[in-house]
Amino acid sequence: MTSTEAAPPLLDAAPATGLAAEPTRPTRRPARTTIGRAAVLLLLSVITVAFVYPFVWLLSASFKPRSDVFDNRLIPKTFTFDNYIQVWQEAPMALWLLNTVIVTVLATVTVTISSALVAWGFAYFRFRGRDLLFGLVLATMMIPGAVTMIPTYLIWDSAGMTGTLVPLWAGNIFGSAFYIFLLRQFFLGLPRDLFEAARLDGANNWQMFRLIALPLTKPALVVTALFEFQAAWTDLMRPLIYLRDSDTFTVPRGLKSMLDQFGFGGEWHWELIVTASVITTLPMIIAFFLGQRHFMEGIATTGNKG
Amino acid sequence: MSRRGRAPRSQAAVDTRAAWLFISPWVIGFLLFTLYPLIYTGYLSFTDYDVINDPNFVGTQNYRDLVSDDKVMLALRNTFVFTVMSVPTKIVLSLLLALLLNKAGRSAGFFRTAFFLPKMTPPVAIGVLLLLLFNGQSGLINEVLGWFGINGPAWTTDPLWVKPGLVMMSLWSVGASVIILLAALRNVPQELYDAARVDGAGWWRQTMHITIPMCSGALFFLLIVDTIAGFQSFTEAYTAYFGSGNSTYSNDAALFYAIYLFQQAFQFLHMGYASALAMLLFLIIMIVTAVQVRLSRTFVYYESERA
Repeated sequence: MTSTEAAPPLLDAAPATGLAAEPTRPTRRPARTTIGRAAVLLLLSVITVAFVYPFVWLLSASFKPRSDVFDNRLIPKTFTFDNYIQVWQEAPMALWLLNTVIVTVLATVTVTISSALVAWGFAYFRFRGRDLLFGLVLATMMIPGAVTMIPTYLIWDSAGMTGTLVPLWAGNIFGSAFYIFLLRQFFLGLPRDLFEAARLDGANNWQMFRLIALPLTKPALVVTALFEFQAAWTDLMRPLIYLRDSDTFTVPRGLKSMLDQFGFGGEWHWELIVTASVITTLPMIIAFFLGQRHFMEGIATTGNKG
Repeated sequence: MSRRGRAPRSQAAVDTRAAWLFISPWVIGFLLFTLYPLIYTGYLSFTDYDVINDPNFVGTQNYRDLVSDDKVMLALRNTFVFTVMSVPTKIVLSLLLALLLNKAGRSAGFFRTAFFLPKMTPPVAIGVLLLLLFNGQSGLINEVLGWFGINGPAWTTDPLWVKPGLVMMSLWSVGASVIILLAALRNVPQELYDAARVDGAGWWRQTMHITIPMCSGALFFLLIVDTIAGFQSFTEAYTAYFGSGNSTYSNDAALFYAIYLFQQAFQFLHMGYASALAMLLFLIIMIVTAVQVRLSRTFVYYESERA
C-alpha cells in the first residue's frame, strides 16, 4: 500500500524542484558523507568482530588444554596440538571424513547433472503441460521434508540400503527443485537464435544441450555444485535417520556422537568436541573462499525471484 | 508416423520426445520420492505402524491422540514462539546490515564476506557453539555482558532463556538474507533517492517510503522462506539439547515440533503417529503460507506491475 502511494509522487516531484536545489548540494555533501562513511565503516567493523569471533574462539579453544577450554582467552595460555592428535585416536575421524567426501561428491555430481538436464527440458522445449509441470516443480519446494521423510525411509529400508551411505545422496539422481529452478532461469537467458542456428547446422537435441547450452551455463552449474556441496556436507538429519554404525558416520553425525559421549551427559572432554567442530567446519570455509563470488551471485539471484 | 515423413510436424514430435527425456529424472523422482511418499504418509497417519509389523488401520485414533498429547502442544508452542521471535528479528537485522553495506562503498565486499561466513558453518557445529558460547557460568556471551555490569542468565539450562538463546544463535547466520537484500537495494533506481533528497526527505523517510517498498518483494520472499524454515527447525536445537548424551536434564523448552516428530518416528518407531504429526505440520505450513501470500498482495510492490 505504502509503495504505490509513495513512489510515484516523488518521481513527479523531481523535475520541478531539481534545479532550485542544485547549488547548495556540492558544498555540503562531501563533509557529511566522509563523516557518515567513517561512522558506517566503524559500525560495520564492530559487527564484523561479532560475526567472526565465534570462529576465532572455536579455533583458539581447539589449541587449549582440557582445563583451559572455557577460559575465553583469545591467545591460548598454553598452546597445544594434542587435541588434534587425540581426536584422531578417540574417533574414526579419517573414516568419517572419507564417508563425508564420498557422500558430498556423489550428491553434488548427480544433482548438478540431473538438474541441468531437467532445467534444459523445461527451458528450451515447448510441449503440452509444460507450465503445469513446472508449476509442480516449484510447488514441491514448499512441501516440508517431514511429510515425505517416513515413506522415503521405508523405501530405502525395503531396498536394504539403510545403514549405508546410499540414501544420503542417491535421491539426487532425480534432480532437485531449487536447482532446476535456478538453472532454468539461466538457460532462459541464453539467446534462442543460437540454438536455431545450431539446428540448421544439423545439431540434434542432445548436441545442442551438451555442446552449446551446458558450456555457456558454467557459472550457474558452479553455483549449483557449491550449494549442494555445502548442503550435503553439513546435513545432520539424514545421517541421524539412516546411519547406525559409527564407521559409516559422516563428520556432522560423528560430531553429534562425540558431543553425546564427551559433552554434558558424558565425560566432559570439551576440548575434543571443540576440535572436532573445527574439523567439521573448516572444509566449508575453504570451499567458500574458493567459490566466494559464485556463492554471492547465486544467493543474490535466489531472492530476485520472489 | 512414416507417412508424415519430413513434414514440420515430425520435428515437433522429436522435440516433445526429447523434452520428456530431459525432464524424465524429475518426473520419476517426483512420482517415487514426492507424490508416493505424500500419499503414503497420509495413509500411514490412519494406522498404527512400527516398521516390523504391517500397518494396522486405526481410523482417526492418531489425530485424536495428537490433540490430547501435551508434548504436541508444548512442541507447537515452542516452535511458534521461536519462529515468531526469530523471523522478524532476522529480517530486521539483515535489512539493517544490508543498508549499512549499501553505504560502505568499495569495502562492502569484505564485510559481506564476513557476514556470510557463519552461514557456511554446519548447523551441528552451531549447536555446539550455542552450548559453549551461551554457557551460563563460563560462556563468552555472559562474560561480555559482564563488562557492562549485566549478570547474564543461564541461557542453556533455564527454560525461560533457552529459546532466546536459540534465537540469538540463529541470528548469527543471517548472511544469506543480507546478500539477498543487498542485491535488492542495489536494484532501487537512484533517481528515486535523488528526487526524495531534493524534496527534503531525510534518511528515515527515504528508507520507509522508497527502500522498503522497493525491496518488499525480497523482504516478502525472506518472510515466507524463513517462516517455513522456522517451523521445521531441527538441527541446532537437537544437537544442543537432545540425543543420547542429554537425558540427564530437562529439555522441554527446546522441544521443537520437528524434533518431536523425529523422535516419534525414528526413536520410538511410532511411524503412524509421526505421520499424523507430519500431516498436521504440512497443514499448518500451508495455512500460514497462504495467509502470508494473501497479505503480500496488499503490501508487496512489484516493478513489473507498473509496466
